[in-house]
Amino acid sequence: MKTIQLNATVTASNQRDADKLREEMRRSGTLLINIMSGPGSGKTSLLSRLIQDMRDIKISVMEADIASDVDAKRIETLGAKSIQVHTSGMCHMDAGMTTAAWDSLDAQNSDLVFLENVGNLICPAEYDTGAGKKIMLLSVPEGDDKPLKYPLMFRESDALVITKTDTADYFHFDYSKCEERVRAIHPEIKIFSVSAKTGEGMDILENWLRNSLMEWRQSGRKGV
Amino acid sequence: MHEMGIVLHLAKTLDETAAEHNLSAIGKVVLQVGAVSGIMTDLFTDAWDYFKLRHPILKDSTLVLETIPALTWCNSCNQTYETVKYGKTCPHCGSGETWLIQGNECVIKEIEAE
Repeated sequence: MKTIQLNATVTASNQRDADKLREEMRRSGTLLINIMSGPGSGKTSLLSRLIQDMRDIKISVMEADIASDVDAKRIETLGAKSIQVHTSGMCHMDAGMTTAAWDSLDAQNSDLVFLENVGNLICPAEYDTGAGKKIMLLSVPEGDDKPLKYPLMFRESDALVITKTDTADYFHFDYSKCEERVRAIHPEIKIFSVSAKTGEGMDILENWLRNSLMEWRQSGRKGV
Repeated sequence: MHEMGIVLHLAKTLDETAAEHNLSAIGKVVLQVGAVSGIMTDLFTDAWDYFKLRHPILKDSTLVLETIPALTWCNSCNQTYETVKYGKTCPHCGSGETWLIQGNECVIKEIEAE
């Protein structure tokens, strides 16, 4: 028996896979966006709306779920490429799974690839999937107290999209309190409020996505 | 569920280490886990015990978990405090401008192997 000092982070191999995928995507000019939220906050509805609104942008979707392919089917009926990834019971996507999905999706010609992560506000925040941007959704019915309960998700995300704003009359969702709680954790986070159903606020989010794609491609050209 | 994912990543890193050092069996794995890493040590040990029997190189291994205490740094009064006890707000001056400096690690410190 010999002792080997490692001092290696357990997720170091994941980090390597994530960085590798991110570089590949930067070179190909495709922006991978990791979409995270709790179950039922409207990830698939938001994506459906984005695909319908942004017809000039080639969008592909990776659907990560523990089981079933209902989300992938919903996306395909809208004409976007999609691939269903089963995480074999795991509560999150990691970079290895994302790379496998990227390879089999044949999405190299896409402008934007959305990774619809497993519905879970905890574990996905801890794993780098190789995405260039991370977005989290919080729906009005879920409540404005979620930043207090799941701080890591709010800290890790580049943008927060508050969804289902059309239901605001039925729930006591305090936007300013929510923003205050989010900014205490992550002062620079972008915050959007949308309804995928009525289209309210979608244009602002879509502009931000277009700008993010442009910036991503510029950074790729500069070889950053 | 989350613990199982971490076990899989741990096994992957150990496989790479074994290949690098020509190891045939791993006897002991010392893992340092931060107090606010979100890892439940009981669940983690269960997941490890389940997994190692299905992974030949780890079959006879033992897992030793060491806890790293969580400490937060306050940017306003330049002092540290215990994260688990006080959370995000500095107990010395009440500031919220505070940053975790240790306690979310999950590090393989060392292994014994042949």
